[in-house]
Amino acid sequence: MALDLTKEKGIPLDQQRFTWPDMVRTPISKLNDDAFTRVRVILMNGIENESWIFQHQFARVNGALRKELARVRRVEQHQQTLVNWLLPSDQSVLETTIGYEQVAVEVTATVATHEPDPYMQQVYRFGLLEDFDHLYRYSALLDRLEGKDANDILQNYTDVMPGRPTWVEHRHPDDDLRAHYDRKKAHPLTKIHAMLVLAAEQQTRNFYATVGNYYADPMARQLYAEISSIEEQHVTQYESLQDPNEPWLEKWLLHEATEVYCYFSCLQQEGNPRIKQIWEQMLAYELGHLNYVMDLFRREEKRDPFEVLPRTLPQPLNFASHRDYVREVLRDEVNLRAQGTRFVPADQEPQDGPSATYRDYLNSKGSPSETVSAGYRWMPGTELIARAQALRAQQAGVH
Amino acid sequence: MKGQPTDIGMNRTGVQIAPKLAKEMEEGARKVQPPPGDEGKIAEVRNNYHSRATPVGTMPPPGTMKGMAKAVGKALKGEKATALLDKLGERLAFERTGVRLYEAMITKVLALGELDDIGLTEEALRHLQAEELEHMYLVHEAIENMGADPTVQTPCADVVGVQAEGLMQVLVDPRTTIAQGLGAILNAELVDNASWELLVELTQEAGNDELANAFEQARRTEEEHLRKVRGWYEALARREAEGVPHFTQPS
Repeated sequence: MALDLTKEKGIPLDQQRFTWPDMVRTPISKLNDDAFTRVRVILMNGIENESWIFQHQFARVNGALRKELARVRRVEQHQQTLVNWLLPSDQSVLETTIGYEQVAVEVTATVATHEPDPYMQQVYRFGLLEDFDHLYRYSALLDRLEGKDANDILQNYTDVMPGRPTWVEHRHPDDDLRAHYDRKKAHPLTKIHAMLVLAAEQQTRNFYATVGNYYADPMARQLYAEISSIEEQHVTQYESLQDPNEPWLEKWLLHEATEVYCYFSCLQQEGNPRIKQIWEQMLAYELGHLNYVMDLFRREEKRDPFEVLPRTLPQPLNFASHRDYVREVLRDEVNLRAQGTRFVPADQEPQDGPSATYRDYLNSKGSPSETVSAGYRWMPGTELIARAQALRAQQAGVH
Repeated sequence: MKGQPTDIGMNRTGVQIAPKLAKEMEEGARKVQPPPGDEGKIAEVRNNYHSRATPVGTMPPPGTMKGMAKAVGKALKGEKATALLDKLGERLAFERTGVRLYEAMITKVLALGELDDIGLTEEALRHLQAEELEHMYLVHEAIENMGADPTVQTPCADVVGVQAEGLMQVLVDPRTTIAQGLGAILNAELVDNASWELLVELTQEAGNDELANAFEQARRTEEEHLRKVRGWYEALARREAEGVPHFTQPS
């Protein structure tokens, strides 16, 4: 089903309201809901957070639109709460972290495969292999700290194996900046993709930076510190894809369009009827925001919003396992490194260049991601199964 | 570790640390009129959510429990078999976490020093850890032999995971002492003992004598774990009580 943005009005902003029980609902089931329901919840929390942050920044530099921004932002706040509170409390911080990395892998993969611009595709593939590695390192921590299997969260959709090693992902800030799209030439989907991947990575950075101190374990604290730092790099990378010459109102329009696109994608593929109803309501709210901002755009910019927006929404995100695609990218591109805005084979990265120097110092007293996963190989039911089998074999040998 | 928690230092909690400020706090609070009602209102909110709640999860679909009823006991209906499997899943998860808890305890003892005089050594702890690992695998195999999937996180396994989080936090914290770590282990072993007793009864009731015997062996071993851990814990508590606390300058 295509969504015609020229006709869909959604629910008007002044009719969008919540009670506390509206926001605080029964959460999804960690055990019974499909992993992609969790993926969608996590992604949409990131999308809502990004809108909220953006609208605050906008309000700080624009006096004329302060009131309009405050009105929309208040609804975004309550939407974010509704969505994020769908995560259950029996999902430990580390299990939620596994969910965040599954979002990073599978959503970035669907974006990379749908992205029309070849350079952007390359950027997404580059980032994908780094988050893929984080999933492996955190899985080792979950197994070795809590005695739990990351696959209880992943549900067999996403591989647990090394990607581009986290310790080589540390780069000088200059090597995290990418070439941006041209706002006048880029396909609308390119703009939406850049926005949504940025939103996902930003919430991941914020989550790790907030919960990293929850664990008493110095190993866990170090690992969250390390991966949070990479997520900051990813925010820098994806943020730099956006054309800095876009007027603020154009950016706002794109934010609302991204929210509509993402909720529409969620609605198309949600299997849990209770959650589907939420996506439907949130889509209607976002269509209301989009129309509200389109009116502002016409009034303030004196332009047709469809100079920026597509008239109908593009193909939705594909919330599914991308195992074969990810393995292919891993095989072909794991040894790429960033040099300025370009990607080069590892052997072409200067050994005394800014990234190598930066990385060597950061890792000079040990690498948390390397330490936590030393000798770790994922197997069903945790690596302790292999240890128990070895013990059993040893005992049988003795007897 | 520098200093002991039982030393006298600068703990700033409680009212007696600042009597004048505490008096101001009390006077201020006494002057306000609190909103009507009591904590029963919180129960109303919780009740409301209780009435709408669904379980944290359920057991997996029957396809993955092939042959289960036969292995558990012919008299059992499917529903009861899933109840036993749920408890087995719980034990498996707890023993697995137990191996990790002992690993953290061993790290702590090696960092702070073995206590040979009471037998609290790496070797002694490794022995207990290996037995936890054996018990874990015993349950793993039992589930497998029932035709079920031992890699499933059952609802009870999920809930004990939540319970164990606090124990793990105590043990991996470099600021906690051996005695505090043993408190967490004691907590785990007490629950473990009660849980193994229940498992023995449940498998006996299900008519699976072979499994009940194997579980009874495990229960006895766990009883021994509890005796040892309790002994260490009490010995250290007495030692602390007998020691003379000295004042530690705040750093």
